Parts: sequence; structure tokens; C-alpha cells
Amino acid sequence: MTPGTSAVATAIAARRDAGSGALIGYLPAGFPTLSGSIDAAVALVESGVDVIELGIPYSDPVMDGPVIQAATQQSLADGFKLRHGFEAVAAITSQVSAPVVMMTYWNPVVQYGVDRFADDLKAAGGAGLITPDLVPDEAGAWLTASDRTGLDRVFLAAPTSSDARLRQAVQSSRGFVYAVSTMGITGARSDVDAAARVLIDRLRDAGATSACVGVGVSTAAQVREILGYADGAIVGSALVKSLADGGIEGVRALARELAEGTRDVVRSV
Amino acid sequence: MSLRTESGPYFGDFGGRFVPESLIAALDELTAEYEVAKQDPAFAAELAELHRSYTGRPSIITEVPRFARHAGGARVILKREDLNHTGSHKINNVLGQALLTRRIGKTRIIAETGAGQHGVATATAAALFGLECVVYMGEVDTERQALNVARMRLLGAEVVAVKTGSRTLKDAINEAMRDWVTNVGNTNYIFGTVAGPHPFPAMVRDFQKIIGEEARAQVLELTGRLPDAVTACVGGGSNAIGIFHAFLDDQDVALWGFEAGGDGADTLRHAATITKGRPGVLHGARSFLLQDEDGQTVESHSISAGLDYPGVGPEHAWLASTGRAQYRPVTDAAAMEAFRLLSRTEGIIPAIESSHALAGTLELGKELGPDATILVSLSGRGDKDMETAGRYFDLLDEGALQV
Repeated sequence: MTPGTSAVATAIAARRDAGSGALIGYLPAGFPTLSGSIDAAVALVESGVDVIELGIPYSDPVMDGPVIQAATQQSLADGFKLRHGFEAVAAITSQVSAPVVMMTYWNPVVQYGVDRFADDLKAAGGAGLITPDLVPDEAGAWLTASDRTGLDRVFLAAPTSSDARLRQAVQSSRGFVYAVSTMGITGARSDVDAAARVLIDRLRDAGATSACVGVGVSTAAQVREILGYADGAIVGSALVKSLADGGIEGVRALARELAEGTRDVVRSV
Repeated sequence: MSLRTESGPYFGDFGGRFVPESLIAALDELTAEYEVAKQDPAFAAELAELHRSYTGRPSIITEVPRFARHAGGARVILKREDLNHTGSHKINNVLGQALLTRRIGKTRIIAETGAGQHGVATATAAALFGLECVVYMGEVDTERQALNVARMRLLGAEVVAVKTGSRTLKDAINEAMRDWVTNVGNTNYIFGTVAGPHPFPAMVRDFQKIIGEEARAQVLELTGRLPDAVTACVGGGSNAIGIFHAFLDDQDVALWGFEAGGDGADTLRHAATITKGRPGVLHGARSFLLQDEDGQTVESHSISAGLDYPGVGPEHAWLASTGRAQYRPVTDAAAMEAFRLLSRTEGIIPAIESSHALAGTLELGKELGPDATILVSLSGRGDKDMETAGRYFDLLDEGALQV
């Protein structure tokens, strides 16, 4: 990993060096509408979210739980196309300075063309890609394209990953490594696994300098707990639900509340 | 070079492991345990004994001359996987993977199912081995294959009707993968076809290749020579790979896969993945799939729930790209006509899935002529399809249904 060359790594490091950590917020593009998703992402940043993870709706999202499935399915039914994803990135980055990474399953990138996707993401002002169903072993074309464009590439690390695979994830990732808190799919959980703390420790041993915890994180208390040992906390389904239920003001209120969790962090590292 | 030694993760440009990192450890474990089991004579012996005394293998071959008159007079020989316990070839694979589950020490198995044949076979193995079993099935399929839902429940399995997406086989696979990601500690995923991430395409193929190995010897014994063509229906492609594999190096034997053409491969309603799709990534592997320009999976359509899948196994994609096997679409209408024809001419009611192979064989026979011998994989029996057939052919006694 090469921190310092990445806007995402820089944003995360700035919060960590100030004694806290980063809050990363996920929202799907095109939900509830394309402009609504852009406004919601801007509202997240205005409310204290440090990095935006913009989800690209996909027909077969095997890592996602019911809340994100429902939102992305609606986005697709309403006519979401990949070009709308780039439009959304451009619109968000023109309004706020927080970095925007795309979260996308792999086939849309393959069909769009890996190099063309990287170029268009870069041109739109995007910072990189999180690829939930692409492991570094299969990522040759993307490693090349991201090196060429300087885009970040975020691979996942799981509690079940071997030490060798954690090293591979750390070495292949740029921006941060996405530590999957618990075995399972996205969606709020009352407890974020103790497994997350162990995983972050193991990622540190593997050389990680930027590691963020996601899956199941939904409250300010969980954010505060995670930032005690990790560099960032990622919230997805809870934000999507608040947007679905309460619109822009609903998601803004939850983001503010979650951002409270980045204060008064007691770091144990 | 032999085409029979390919063992993944890649078949040419196809295959791989496009899955969340959370599943990699489970796939690695399965791969390693399977490699050990493959070398273990005790594993082979136990599976062979189950085939003999539980499934009823070897399955017989049946020559069908009255049916063959409609196939240009070619000699047509059926490999009778329909006579297996549970009614299809699916049991061959399930017993292998169930034995592997026991070796790994997991106590819960999950499966996806389309027509319900793989679900029934998995529920059967769960009962036999005392494993907890959950089967994911698209809601649309639970309705059109209600009898198989009842069979699975009777066998003690929990059947989950999947209500997302197109509510068919592809969505059942998504939901089963989500379950596996969550419960991988105690759960093994018994995948039903030669698709999915490595090691499934190679492993399921290995468990199904007994079909072709038996049939090749049986046809040689009956006719004194190899068949001119081997045919099978292709959804994900497990029965087709199963019967093709033994013939891959017999260059004079043509291999024909018949895909579900639905309303017609040139309409929007079909499941002819190789004929009309293009390479992409779905359910953990790079293969052909039906997709739009953005890579979103397109919903497939077929009267046959078991073939109603927008993807196909990577080994088939490889065999198609190299030209070793050829693939053609067969419409719902042609398949149903063949379904009725085999029933009327030979007293054998085939599964609607297998009827696609029969319909393709009728055309192929006319092309090859009366000197040709065609071996057909009759992958399943049609008991489960009686309601669909009853409605299609208007066979149900409406009077009896009116109270």
C-alpha cells in the first residue's frame, strides 16, 4: 500500500492523526432518484462524513442484505445506467471536497471495459473502486488500470482470510483495506463482532496502515468503538434505510449522529 | 492433448473465483479436501457403494426405435438417468458432495434449486446422512414445481422461497451464497451444477462424469462402436458435461448441447446463454451469460424451470469457444412436442428439461440420416412436470377441478 498518493488514504490519515478516525458513508447511486442520491451524498459530507462510498446498483448483489438489495433493485427498475454513476460522482465531487469511491460488483466494470471504466471514473473526479466480488487473485486488469490512472483500489479482508491472503489484500489495496467485521452480508447488527478487532490486529501485522471496518455498523457507539482500534468505520444499510424512510433530512440527521461517534474516541493502538 | 484432464480453476478463458473474500477460505478448504478425497480409495469405494445400493447405478440405456422414426431414422439410444433414485442425474453429484461435507465435519447443507431436482436430491442426501438442510428456490419455481417443494419438505428440508430479482434459479443462487457467507462455519454449499466458483465446475463435473463413462461402454457393447453424436440439454450444464466428458477425446463423436430457446432465441424470452449471450462474470465464474450492455444480468425464460438460467458452466463456454461441442436453442414448443412424442411412442415420460435434448435430437437425426447413432442424456423423469404438461396440453379434467 502506498499512502500519501491517495486522497482517500490522506483523508483517513488526517482524521486518525487528529486522534480519531474516518467515517465512511455508503449510498447507492440512483436511489431514491439520481439527483436524490447526489443530494444525499452531499448531505452526508456536510454532516461530517469523510469519505463517500457510492454503490453501483447491480442485478445480482451477493454481498448485500435486504435494505441495500431493495434500494439498488429500485434504482435499476427506474432505469439506472452506468453512465449515471459517473454523472453522480462528478456532481458530488463538484460540490464537496470529500473523496468519492465507487462500490461495484465486477461484471459491470468488465462489460464497460476495465480501462474505459477507470478513465471515466478518473475524469468524473472519482477516487477509486471498492470491489466486493473481486479478489486480488483475479484482479490483474484492474491492478494495471488503477496503477495507470492512480485510482485507489479497495479489496476486502475477512475474519476467515489466511495470513497470506491478508498480506495480499494489504499489498494490493490502495486507499484502505475493507475489513469485513463479521461473516455475513451487509445490514445493521446490534453487535459488531469482536472478530473485527482481531482482524484489524492481524491486518496491522500484515502491514496495513489504513484499515476500515464495515458490514453491520449502524450506530454512533459502534463507530466510536471501531475507531478505537481501526482507521475508519463504514456505515451502509443504516444510512440507506434512513434515506428510504426519512428522505434527505432523515439521512442528514443520522449522519450527524454517526459523526458524533468520531468524537471522544479512545484509541487503543 | 487430452481434453479430459482440465481441472480448473480455469477452462481456457473461463472459470475462476469471482466471490467475496469471505468465501475464499471455504472454497480453499473444499478444494483441498476434494483433492485429498479424490486420491482416497475409501472415498471412491463409499461413493460407488451408494451409487450401487442407493441410487441404482449403473443406469441402463434404452434404444427407442419408435421415437427414432421421427428422427430421420437414426438410431437413438437413451441414457436413463431418469431411473435414478430421486428421478434425475442430480443425485450423482449430491452424494459425492454430501460425503465431502461429512469429511469436512460440517453439519448443515444448503442448496439452490430450479426445477427442484437438485433440491430434492440434496434433501434426500441430508435425510440419509442426518444433516440439517435448507434449499433456496425462486418463488416462481416453487409455484410451477410445487410437487418437488412438497417432496423436499417431506424429506425434512426447509424450503425458502426467494422473492428477489426474477424469483428464479439465479436469485436462488444469490440467496444461497448470502447464506453461505453468513454461516460458512458450519455450512457446506452443495452446488447443483457445473457453474459457480472453482472448485464447483470441476468437482461437480467429476461427480457427473460417471454418466458418460457408463454410457460409452454400454453403447460400445450394444452397437460395437461409438455413437456419432451425444446430446444433452444445457441449463447450467451438469448432465451435459456428465455425458460429454467421457467422449471429449473421441474426436469423431460430435457433442451437442441444447439450450432452452423459450419463445425463440431471437425473441426476448429465452435462456439460450451460449447462443445469444457473451462472456462476463456471474455467480463466481467467468462464462457466457445473458446480460445488457451494462453487465446487468438479463432475466431468462423457459418453460423448463431447470434450464431457466441466464448463465452456463465455464467448461461449456470453453468447449463452445474451441468448437469441440456445439450448442443450439430448442423452443418451449419443440421441447413439449418431444415430451409428448417420447411418452406416446416409447412409454417414457421425460422431464421437460430432458425434452429439450430429445427435440434437438429429432432435428439432428434428420441431418445425420439413418446410418447415425445418437446417444441422448435422458437426465430426468417427467413426474414433476405433470401439472405444467397438463396445462400445456389441456389434459386436466376441468370438470373435476370445479367444486
